[in-house]
Amino acid sequence: MSGTPPVDLLAKFDAIRTEYAFLLSTGLSDPFGVVMERVLSPTRAIIRGRETILVGTYNYMGMTFDPDVIAAGKAAMDAFGAGSTGSRVLNGTFATHVAVEQALKDFYGTKSAIVFSTGYQANLGMVSTLAGKDDVILLDADSHASIYDGCKLGNAEVVRFRHNDAADLEKRLRRVPAGKGKLVILEGVYSMLGDVAPLRDLVGAAKAHGAMVLVDEAHAMGFFGPHGRGVYEEQGLEEEVDFVVGTFSKSVGTVGGFAVSNHPHFEILRLVCNPYRFTASLPPVVAASAEASIRKLMAARDKRERLWAASRKLHAGLKAAGFTMATETAESAIIAVLMPSQEACVVMWSALLDQGIYCNLARPPATPMGVYLLRCSLSSEHGLDDVDEIVRRFVQARAASQALAA
Amino acid sequence: MALSRDAVLARLFELIQPFNTKAVPLAEDTRFADDLEFDSLTVMDLVASMEDEWDINVPLNLLPDLETVGQVADAIVKLKAEA
Repeated sequence: MSGTPPVDLLAKFDAIRTEYAFLLSTGLSDPFGVVMERVLSPTRAIIRGRETILVGTYNYMGMTFDPDVIAAGKAAMDAFGAGSTGSRVLNGTFATHVAVEQALKDFYGTKSAIVFSTGYQANLGMVSTLAGKDDVILLDADSHASIYDGCKLGNAEVVRFRHNDAADLEKRLRRVPAGKGKLVILEGVYSMLGDVAPLRDLVGAAKAHGAMVLVDEAHAMGFFGPHGRGVYEEQGLEEEVDFVVGTFSKSVGTVGGFAVSNHPHFEILRLVCNPYRFTASLPPVVAASAEASIRKLMAARDKRERLWAASRKLHAGLKAAGFTMATETAESAIIAVLMPSQEACVVMWSALLDQGIYCNLARPPATPMGVYLLRCSLSSEHGLDDVDEIVRRFVQARAASQALAA
Repeated sequence: MALSRDAVLARLFELIQPFNTKAVPLAEDTRFADDLEFDSLTVMDLVASMEDEWDINVPLNLLPDLETVGQVADAIVKLKAEA
């Protein structure tokens, strides 16, 4: 045995551990440790023994308790068992996986669909596999962590452009040497501030320079565009966008990720993409629930209208009550309130939970530097009276947190 | 056309100056994180100004290896030669 003293590998997290311990010592609720003891509906859960209005679930279309979705899941569990215990390319492809991929092809009107085990893995797989050693990825600076991690997993050169800035993207595309493969990565709705991308300008720049385009529509599925395909459909870009990535964990109401495409050779990714082939496939209950949900979302016009009405009303209500909103108008179903500091944000978040409101506390690195948010998202199952109640409780929580600060 | 490293270094000092709010004396071995205390947002702005100055893309993959001003000068000369 040598006498080398061991290095504690967790010591590098001491600063954040101390900060977190201090936060908990103030007696405020832990914003990263909320437990839902029971879930009553897409809009209500029991937290700390109290019925709480859920205002931060991304359960946009309220599909988690849809009777058809639950019935489909139960039937698949009975027929196929609890799990697949395998990779899609070995023993992990069941009829349920083929069926949910068919539902995606029908929903998006594409030739191909590939399902991953989570949305994170869909980005990890697509980004790391599409762009190889001699290729260049151009990504928006505010991209989701799964996109950045996909870049780290792959071998491509990575160039970042300013958030939603087509001129900045164009300048960087121009600097890429001729002959290199280029992948431009965009999101329809950016999930922190809830702002919508000017995809027409960004995709236009990409195509003018011969780049392929991937758009993540995780926060737009179901309620943007004539068929609910996303912001790219709403802005008329179905012919231009090469790959669309999405998730089952938001509008679809379960878990899983996917990519759809009309590229004639898209299916080859199943054999070369590690986050697809070296992990177990979704359990049959999840695949069957997702299939049922996607098929219902194709005809969910009433849900879309209710979601938009509630989201616009929440934005207007909070703004009228004097809160600083992250976007001028309700651009998406993410309604984010900007807070002046981390401390104010945590105090207000805790006061909201005391009032029976659960929203998301968002801080760096999830948000851009220096941005602290109380991020709200509604579902089609929130009524307009729920929205009035949410705004009322926001005002009460503000009074309570100001009393605490005084 | 190849750039001279001296010219790049001199211009680099000028580009860093607007971000050098603590007026740290600049030298080849000045470190961005430890000496200049640049945060990630400042680094992004500085990288953008370098990219515009020399009309290059500085890939994100390079950044973790660039700790000092001199290392950045070397990287720019190399990127410009490859462009």
